[in-house]
Amino acid sequence: MSSKTKDTLFDPVFKNNPIALQILGICSALAVTSSLSVSLVMCAALTAVCAFANLFVSLVRNHIPGSIRIIVQMTIIASLVIVVDQILQAFSYQISKTLSVFVGLIITNCIVMGRAEAFAMKNPPLPSFIDGIGNGLGYSFILIVLAVIRELFGSGKLLGYEIFVTVNNGGWYVPNGMMLLPPIAFFLIGLIIWAIRQKHKDQVEEPEFKMAKNSAPAEVA
Amino acid sequence: MAKDTVKHTILVALILCLVCSVVVSGAAVGLRDMQKANKEEDKKGNILKAAGLYQEGVSIDEQFKTVTAKVVDLSTGRFTDAVDVASFDQRKASKDPALSDKLSADQDIAKIGRKEKYATVYMVEGDNGIEKMILPIKGYALWSTLYGFVALEGDFNTVAGLGFYEHKETPGLGGEVDNPSWKALWVGKQIYNGDQTAISVIKGAVDNSKPEALYQVDGLSGATLTSKGVHNLMQFWMGDSGFAPFLANLKAGEA
Repeated sequence: MSSKTKDTLFDPVFKNNPIALQILGICSALAVTSSLSVSLVMCAALTAVCAFANLFVSLVRNHIPGSIRIIVQMTIIASLVIVVDQILQAFSYQISKTLSVFVGLIITNCIVMGRAEAFAMKNPPLPSFIDGIGNGLGYSFILIVLAVIRELFGSGKLLGYEIFVTVNNGGWYVPNGMMLLPPIAFFLIGLIIWAIRQKHKDQVEEPEFKMAKNSAPAEVA
Repeated sequence: MAKDTVKHTILVALILCLVCSVVVSGAAVGLRDMQKANKEEDKKGNILKAAGLYQEGVSIDEQFKTVTAKVVDLSTGRFTDAVDVASFDQRKASKDPALSDKLSADQDIAKIGRKEKYATVYMVEGDNGIEKMILPIKGYALWSTLYGFVALEGDFNTVAGLGFYEHKETPGLGGEVDNPSWKALWVGKQIYNGDQTAISVIKGAVDNSKPEALYQVDGLSGATLTSKGVHNLMQFWMGDSGFAPFLANLKAGEA
């Protein structure tokens, strides 16, 4: 693998993570991460859609008229999502029931749209496809971390297997109900962003304004 | 480049729509049989789960052999042979003007629009007659119509189980109607208090020290409208426009 391909594939995981740096696709990261198995399917579905949407958009990028390019991208993405939804309903009915509307909402996931517009419109098919997979992996990385934390501390289980025996089942662990509610994902994403930026200092944004020198409260001598 | 001309734009849009529609309809048609089989199996599984008969690891078709289906005429509350059990599709019938009646606004508490004339019910028969009676229920909640089953014990009053097999409520909030621990709250509740359809979903937790707790189920937190929807659909289907006449006939041994 050439180093450029490698960069396209793995940069989005830490260095240019779609959720942690681009702050895209937060809504589904909040919604589906209360259980790990659902998150894994969501990750696979999003990665597939993102990769193939990039591939197809890139294939036709030289023919897409500028005036309707967003609509063209949306049509391609929407068709792919419907196909994924149909496949899930046929082969994995229980999970498609749990994901319900969220598969449809991949259409509006900013990551897919953002990569199609920012990368696939300007690059050849193969790098675009790899960029799609890379961003899918970046999204998956955050989702899996969130889901492991939320499912483990929220219900004491991982993938449905009991890790901490909960009080309800005669054990010692009192489940943290907060973990199962969407807002906790915000806090966790915030912590992950902080952790990533501790390592990659270049991601830390400049403060939007600095306090003027004289307006700061004077130090007491 | 000529790609920004009006002609080219329309051409690209047309070709794109054609290709995409072929792909989408191809997937939908090609996978329909598997999806249908899945839905059918899911429905049977839900009937079994509502009745508390479901066993993990045994094929659903095998388990379903103990269950018999029959068609009930909702207006008379008796079994009927007017339509064939095997081919009768209750979902389709509720949209067919010949097989359903329009409900007026004050009748239609479950917000289903039309009520079918016939309903398919499932029962498990034992040595002492009917042991479990499984009735189809449906009603509109926050985003969607909930389709499900309620199973009653042989006294036709005590709930043996409840389950929904199709809905599009918000996962994590209204979607909690699928939560096993919530569904377990229904078991043992009574539907009727005398002649009154007393079963209800209340806001907050049920106070078990009160006598009416026997007819009450906790609402889902964060899902007031879904809980209300479930309450309304139970009131409707267990009430006079639903299965109440049929259940009364069963009790009297005249169905």
